[in-house]
Amino acid sequence: MHHHLVLRTIARALLPAIFLYALYVQWHGDYGPGGGFQAGVIFAVGFILYALIYGVDALNRVVPPRLFVGLLAIGLFIYAGTGFATLLLGGNFLDYSALAQDPVHGQEWGILIVELGVGITVASAMTLIFLAFAGRTASVADKDW
Amino acid sequence: MILVDLALFAFLIVTAVAIARLRNLFAVAMLAGLFSLLSAGLFVTLDAVDVAFTEAAVGGGVSTIFMLGALALMPREEKPTAHSAILPLLLCLVTGAALVYGTFGMPAFGSPDAPIHKHVAPDYIARAQDETGVPNIVTAVLASYRGYDTLGETTVIFVAAISVLMLLGFSGAADKKKEDE
Repeated sequence: MHHHLVLRTIARALLPAIFLYALYVQWHGDYGPGGGFQAGVIFAVGFILYALIYGVDALNRVVPPRLFVGLLAIGLFIYAGTGFATLLLGGNFLDYSALAQDPVHGQEWGILIVELGVGITVASAMTLIFLAFAGRTASVADKDW
Repeated sequence: MILVDLALFAFLIVTAVAIARLRNLFAVAMLAGLFSLLSAGLFVTLDAVDVAFTEAAVGGGVSTIFMLGALALMPREEKPTAHSAILPLLLCLVTGAALVYGTFGMPAFGSPDAPIHKHVAPDYIARAQDETGVPNIVTAVLASYRGYDTLGETTVIFVAAISVLMLLGFSGAADKKKEDE
């Protein structure tokens, strides 16, 4: 992709906006459309765009693939862990009201935390699936597409 | 509004026919992404913005990239099939006609008397804001009232990703080094 000057320049301008938008979708899901799932996909799209433009090796240097594998499990662990935390705090499984003195605050906290878990797992899953395909693919010349 | 619906459906039909007719798989993958984007537009006209968002991001975005990634490992042209397309076409037409016939029995879109609006939905709408403090009821239902389902969905994504990694023999950085040797 070294000769694609236009693509590289545009990607450099777009990448920060994509990651910022992913964060917005992640944390603003309580108020507008969006949430962990959509934010995770947008995060992954940012990583995939980076790998497409600058190469998979460049992405591997920025974020080691093993980190994505770890995050894949950590996201689910955060979600299920919230359930066990509410159990230990005397509530039912995933009954977030037990997380804070005020049940409504507990619900707000719980929803934010589990959405974060969903976002981390989805972002890692999508990026890893892309990396798994990209790792098997010999580089395809432009004219062959 | 009806014009937007008609335009979106017309484009959907054209895209679907093109996908069925084309033999070039690269073009088919791109058109499949377009199909998802048009579906997302239809979801917006149905006021289901959360679903539209997901469809646009997943269907129009990453799944197109995954298809292209798979395509890089495959021939670019679909092999011509030997058997005739009459029977599958007939099957699709009959099934489609049955589904369209089924819609005549459905309540009008947005009707407050529809069974779907009489079950748990009014309860969620009445309670969600007070109980969770989250203005987006969709998020409140997904993450709190239906928290078990979403935990299950996240587990499905986790397991799916692990399965794909195992099937494709992904082992982190080790792959790259083997190729370099």
